Amino acid sequence: MNGSPRIGLLRSLALVLAKDILIEWRTRARLNALVIFAFGTLLIFSFALGPDTQLLQRNAGGYLWLALLFASLMALGESFRIERENSALDGLRLLPVDPRALFLGKALGNAAVLVGLAFVLVPVMIGLFGVSISLSFGLLAVTLVLGCLAISAPGTLYSAVASNARARDVLLPLLLFPLIIPALLAAVKATTVVLQGDPMSQLRSWFGLLAGFNLVYWGLGFALFPLVIEE
Amino acid sequence: MENHPAVELRDVSKRFGAQWALARISYSLPRGQSLLLTGPNGSGKTTLLRLIATASSPTLGELRVLGLNVRDQREEIRQQVALLSHASFIYEDLSALQNLSLMSRLLGIKDSKQRAASLLSEVGLAPHSPKPIRQFSAGMRKRLAIARLLLKAPAVALLDEPFAALDPSGMGQMERIIRQLITQGTTVILATHQVEHGKTLCNLRLHLDSGRVAAP
Repeated sequence: MNGSPRIGLLRSLALVLAKDILIEWRTRARLNALVIFAFGTLLIFSFALGPDTQLLQRNAGGYLWLALLFASLMALGESFRIERENSALDGLRLLPVDPRALFLGKALGNAAVLVGLAFVLVPVMIGLFGVSISLSFGLLAVTLVLGCLAISAPGTLYSAVASNARARDVLLPLLLFPLIIPALLAAVKATTVVLQGDPMSQLRSWFGLLAGFNLVYWGLGFALFPLVIEE
Repeated sequence: MENHPAVELRDVSKRFGAQWALARISYSLPRGQSLLLTGPNGSGKTTLLRLIATASSPTLGELRVLGLNVRDQREEIRQQVALLSHASFIYEDLSALQNLSLMSRLLGIKDSKQRAASLLSEVGLAPHSPKPIRQFSAGMRKRLAIARLLLKAPAVALLDEPFAALDPSGMGQMERIIRQLITQGTTVILATHQVEHGKTLCNLRLHLDSGRVAAP
């Protein structure tokens, strides 16, 4: 019989994720550019605010997340540029690959890039702003993972929306920023608590909020992505 | 389902903005036939092939492929239809072998790497299989695209300008592959400007002009 049986969602997801990671690995120059851009952003905050160490330490979490947010625009745009080239995304659609697997694979790939970048930026932030981790590195890692997941899910969905527009580079931040501001605030607050201590036991609430935003963002992306990529 | 035509169009129209690319096309293509689709640039050939492949949807009318409706049975159609398009649908940063292996794994083909390697041999790309696609010429990309199509073993093969960018040896190879598809019973729709060449391959012809069926 002609035709092809469709493989399961998890297997498709794993293949799409592996493909994205392989492409990132083969084009490491893009990853290097991302790291340099984020590092430069942290450096600019440090120079712009001058030698006020207390101010820098107080707001270090905010600067870290702004650097990650700006860098995420580059990473997200790039992840759909490779799909636009040669209409590769159309090719996957027509195979057919489950569009929800495409969303999960691409969003997890983007999250992996952002989490990796966050772990590179933490020692830079500590060095530049003179901060130390009051709670534990494990709690900082959980904050970074939850925050990056909250950027990557809506970022992937909106990158797909923007990828067909002429002004895609302008459209992506216009769509993304308003949506992720609440999650970003929670990530900044959680990071600040991890860095400066948690006398009021707020961290659990911020984690809960971040987890809630993630549930909403990933759920919406999972449901809406098939509609976005079909004409 | 076996009795349904391969492709059935009833008053199918497609609009892009204010422009009608196809206007009220009606046609029925029986299974196992080979159709030559001709017409000048902008006549709607590519649009029609993309509609049949479910890459886009008709604005008006009813389109069925193997008896399945393109509006609500896309996935079933996609499992049985393959499109060779102007775009190659391949990843520039992966090698030819990695591209085909990925596709065959996504299609659930067992021994995906061996299958990919054997198809690369069949289209004459075996020596280039580890090279990234960025280093490929237009003709090599076309060969890879046909290997990608063959991977799927489709019931309906849609070929949009399959001879474009190919050298004489590549054209011969493409012709052999198309004949093989037809012999195997695959329904083939071939859109090309090389009408005389196409006539030697196909037993039916449909001519489009300004989005309408016209006399050739």
